[in-house]
Amino acid sequence: MSLFTDLRRSVKRLFAVWHARNLEFLRDRTSLVFTLGVPVALVVAMALIFGGPPRPLFKVGVLAPMPTVAAYPFLGERYFQFVEQPREAAAIHLVSRNDLDLLLDLRQRPVRFWAIADSPKGYMAEKLLLQVDPQAVRQPITGVATRYIDWLFPGVLGMNLMFTCLMGAGYVVVRYRRNGFLKRLSATPVSAFEFLSAQVLSRLGLALAVTLILYVGISNVIHFHNAGSNALLLLVAVLGSLSLIAFGLIVAARFASEEVVGGLLNFLTWPMMLLSGVWFSLEGSPRWMQLVAQLFPLTHILQAVRAITLDGAGAATIGVDLAYLAGTTLVFLAAGAYSFRWRPD
Amino acid sequence: MIIDSPNTALLQVDNLVKRYADNTAVDGLSFSVPEGCCFGLLGPNGAGKTTTIEIMEGILAPTAGAVRYRGAPLGERFRAEAGILFQKTALQDFLTVRQTLNLFRGLYDHGLSVQEVIRLCALEKLLKRDNKKLSGGQLQRLLLGVALVNDPSILFLDEPTTGLDPQARRRFWELVQSIKAQRKTIILTTHYMEEAELLCDEIVIVDHGKIIAQGAPQALLRQHFQAVLLELPAEDWTPAARALGIAFFEAAGRVELTTDDLEGTLRRLMQSAVSLAHLRIRPPNLEDLFLELTGKDLRA
Repeated sequence: MSLFTDLRRSVKRLFAVWHARNLEFLRDRTSLVFTLGVPVALVVAMALIFGGPPRPLFKVGVLAPMPTVAAYPFLGERYFQFVEQPREAAAIHLVSRNDLDLLLDLRQRPVRFWAIADSPKGYMAEKLLLQVDPQAVRQPITGVATRYIDWLFPGVLGMNLMFTCLMGAGYVVVRYRRNGFLKRLSATPVSAFEFLSAQVLSRLGLALAVTLILYVGISNVIHFHNAGSNALLLLVAVLGSLSLIAFGLIVAARFASEEVVGGLLNFLTWPMMLLSGVWFSLEGSPRWMQLVAQLFPLTHILQAVRAITLDGAGAATIGVDLAYLAGTTLVFLAAGAYSFRWRPD
Repeated sequence: MIIDSPNTALLQVDNLVKRYADNTAVDGLSFSVPEGCCFGLLGPNGAGKTTTIEIMEGILAPTAGAVRYRGAPLGERFRAEAGILFQKTALQDFLTVRQTLNLFRGLYDHGLSVQEVIRLCALEKLLKRDNKKLSGGQLQRLLLGVALVNDPSILFLDEPTTGLDPQARRRFWELVQSIKAQRKTIILTTHYMEEAELLCDEIVIVDHGKIIAQGAPQALLRQHFQAVLLELPAEDWTPAARALGIAFFEAAGRVELTTDDLEGTLRRLMQSAVSLAHLRIRPPNLEDLFLELTGKDLRA
């Protein structure tokens, strides 16, 4: 009887707290909208990106002109995406970087093909091709062929950088606003731009330290070789971090609810993770998707880092990416300072 | 005395209005704060004190009206020369007392040395303590220190002693008096009339967003009371006394009445068999004036 009474009282207390928390959540309209809105937006985004027929497993370049399926039946294979490539050298380069799993030259017989043997997908694509066309002849890839892990590694670093930068600074500012510390600062001569810049620089140090630890540690484990300049890599990391942190601060410029900001940041990180080339190349993807991807700072970070580490690119080659990252940093900081509120609306 | 000339006023408030969707918190307030004055802004809960002081601090924008500091709109000079202790002030987490003072000192070009602030606010023994581990009185001393780091010309104290125990409150008053002695201008809001009477040279009493009295505390008392105040235990207040027709106020087991004819009133009370054994006669204070002006009913 006593145990039952204790249990009943416990459930009653639990219910009271549960009910109050639900009321709090439901009455915070902004939070409610974002919390429920983000999954809906994700569903729409996933439908756009992954909807339609099943996604191909292999991405195969075909040197132009692309013949018909009747002329070469392998082009009719399911789960292969065939992308016409106008220039042979550029297409071979894409294979060497794992942006394409296989490249076919169907302009002559026997058919020539290029693939990286130690790429799992390249290996499988080659096996399947030879089942259909045993006469196809493998061509050597000049220069150093890239392992998939070498292609993936910058993506992992970039993703970690994105989370460190976007999440950290944004949440701190929201907490400061909610607990009234920002209100106290607003009574001093410090300006919104100065405050935000200080947050950016503080987070930058942390982001760079974390990235450096990951870079050194994982490089040793996977025997990663940077074909380019480490100084240039650091410059990309600095500009990329600045851009991402400033981006996060725009989100945190007004809100006083961690739930709202969490929802918004989720809303931003998911498309970046899917479209910026963290896990897979957007080669052969619809044009609109590639254009959207170019808006994200993470895309430019990964493009620049892969160009440096895989191709040994110099500053001139990645100049556009560096300029984009620097420009977005300034634009995001200015927008953040403009829309910044010291106290909750 | 309230000085109305804008030439001598450090802070000038003109026709201040603050409207929210469902109420008008401040409704046309105008007054001046002379340099070197400790100026009290008093009023019951919801009277518009905090809204008014936050507009004066430049934290909140008014719907209409203006606040001028040294004859100019509130701007960079004001922010550099004002010290503020909010009603609820949050500090950065995980900082010690010294680190907090260093942080705020770093935001100003000019001001006191951190060591001087530490001495002024008696923080010597707390320097390595985490902000979060300070008692109420210690935290208020630190917050006062934060407000003093820029050696302000004008200091805003919004209910600075609310929630403090009597010892801590008196310690805080001593600190404020030492700041007053340096001829700094202080704007104080408080619910403690004893505090206002002790510290303020001038007061404004606001209610429903409007000024209902302004002046020096003693002048206001003279203006509103020509009488003395009598206090009696409620059990001594006989039915016969209740029937005398003397206005009285009863609360917390005590009866209060004011009279300008002390002898006549005492005679009538004795005739009504009122025991005078526990009678207390005293001059009215600021709390009596406050209750007189704002009413004695509990505010919603």
